[in-house]
Amino acid sequence: MKYAYYPGCSGYGTSKEYEASTQAVIRSLKLDFTDIGDWSCCGSTPAHSLDAVLSAALSARNLMLAARTGAEGVVTPCPSCLSNLKLARHRMQKDDFKAKVDALLDAPTPPDAEDLPDTFSFLQVLVEQVGLDSIGKAVAKPLSGVKVACYYGCLMSRPKDVMCFDDPENPMALDNLMSALGAEVVPFSLKTECCGASFGIARKDMTANLVGRILGTAKAFGADAVVTACPLCHMNLDLRQAQAARASGEKFDLPVFYFTQLLGYSLGLTGADLMLEKLVISPEAFFKKVTASRAAQNQQREPEAAPPSAEPAGASEEGGAQTEQGGAL
Amino acid sequence: MKSVRLDQARDEHFLRRVQEESGQDISTCYQCGKCSAGCPGAQFYDRQVSQIMRAVQLGLKDEALRNRSLWLCMSCQTCSARCPNNIDVATVMETLRHMARREGWVQVRPIESFWKAFLDTVRMTGRSFEVGVMADFMLRTGRGWSNMEIAPAALSKRKLPFLPHFIQGRDEIARIFKRYAEKGARQ
Repeated sequence: MKYAYYPGCSGYGTSKEYEASTQAVIRSLKLDFTDIGDWSCCGSTPAHSLDAVLSAALSARNLMLAARTGAEGVVTPCPSCLSNLKLARHRMQKDDFKAKVDALLDAPTPPDAEDLPDTFSFLQVLVEQVGLDSIGKAVAKPLSGVKVACYYGCLMSRPKDVMCFDDPENPMALDNLMSALGAEVVPFSLKTECCGASFGIARKDMTANLVGRILGTAKAFGADAVVTACPLCHMNLDLRQAQAARASGEKFDLPVFYFTQLLGYSLGLTGADLMLEKLVISPEAFFKKVTASRAAQNQQREPEAAPPSAEPAGASEEGGAQTEQGGAL
Repeated sequence: MKSVRLDQARDEHFLRRVQEESGQDISTCYQCGKCSAGCPGAQFYDRQVSQIMRAVQLGLKDEALRNRSLWLCMSCQTCSARCPNNIDVATVMETLRHMARREGWVQVRPIESFWKAFLDTVRMTGRSFEVGVMADFMLRTGRGWSNMEIAPAALSKRKLPFLPHFIQGRDEIARIFKRYAEKGARQ
């Protein structure tokens, strides 16, 4: 399938590191996505909260731009964009709804809304099109010795009959991907529990409360880090972690990654491809644990082969990576 | 405690409108309470989701539309995912929110102000723009920045561009909003 790439507005603001690492993974895995060009905002939660037709019209403009590039599918890293773009096409299959959307647009959408491209999350394309086997084979630096909690957020698999991806209550795509990268995935009961979404501005008490539960539970399951696939979830869990800590009286110190950052790291990417320095909660201890564990594994594997005076195999490379990490942080 | 005469208060027209607009058959709700049990917003609500569903079934328009819960719902869709009768409860909540707004019954103003502030930046530039949303929200609500404590982190990480990106087709977006506003005025 030919895909057009829709970055979403956050990728140019609060989730720069998600956009950078997604692009870097796309290059590294040699995926070929078309640029949509002059894309606009999907309207996010505010548009659909006020009016379903307005939301669909803002999404439809982008679907039409994507269709013009010849793409059969749209791929986006942001679950909120995904939800809006996908729901717009789905709802426009009803004629009266489509007519209302067309009335807001300069030019009407195609007579059959099914002719507009469908939208998929970047995670779905990775898991279903690229495949975990080939990703696993491309891993250069496995995430050994660390435990992660995979946090999907609410929207990626909901509503089930529209999203048609993974399980709406117990999704596994991210768990399986992280396992393929060598991380230990902890069982996590709040995988799809809401983080408070965009309520941080008007009702930060709500986000602080919900984020506190998510981080506290991840920590209780022994996670060294939380892995996300959503810019808003990430902002709430990382940037607002201090607010959650104050509200709950608990100290979390849990680094929160975009899954593309950890995937990129495992593929051997560094620096500006990962933008780890953008994370508010420092991931330094996390990567120290990874490099230490890999060094120990390498030492165990070749205890006889390495002369006692020489560094254990892989250690110098790891040392280099570590300094690089340190520099980036 | 307020008492309601169910035989007199039942508004059939309201019930039909909710079913039509949401596309959901509300009559299949048998009040199991799963939607309320799983709702992450429940602790902040003045009416639980299942109570709102019951109010709709009984045609109690006021009860269903005049509550804070509609505005505090975060649209996470957990209720829809768990409904044993496959009612898309989140869409019902959203439909009620739209209806309450049309009646002028917005119960939690700052939430609506945030949504409007967000859409203002989209209307003007074609994309959302965080710093603009914050400034617009403060103007609309007269509130200071209640999130001052996260400012140092957000700023030092240079995650917030101070200048918006204007897309080429921003007039096209402005026209979508203009037609939307005109449609609203006609209704």
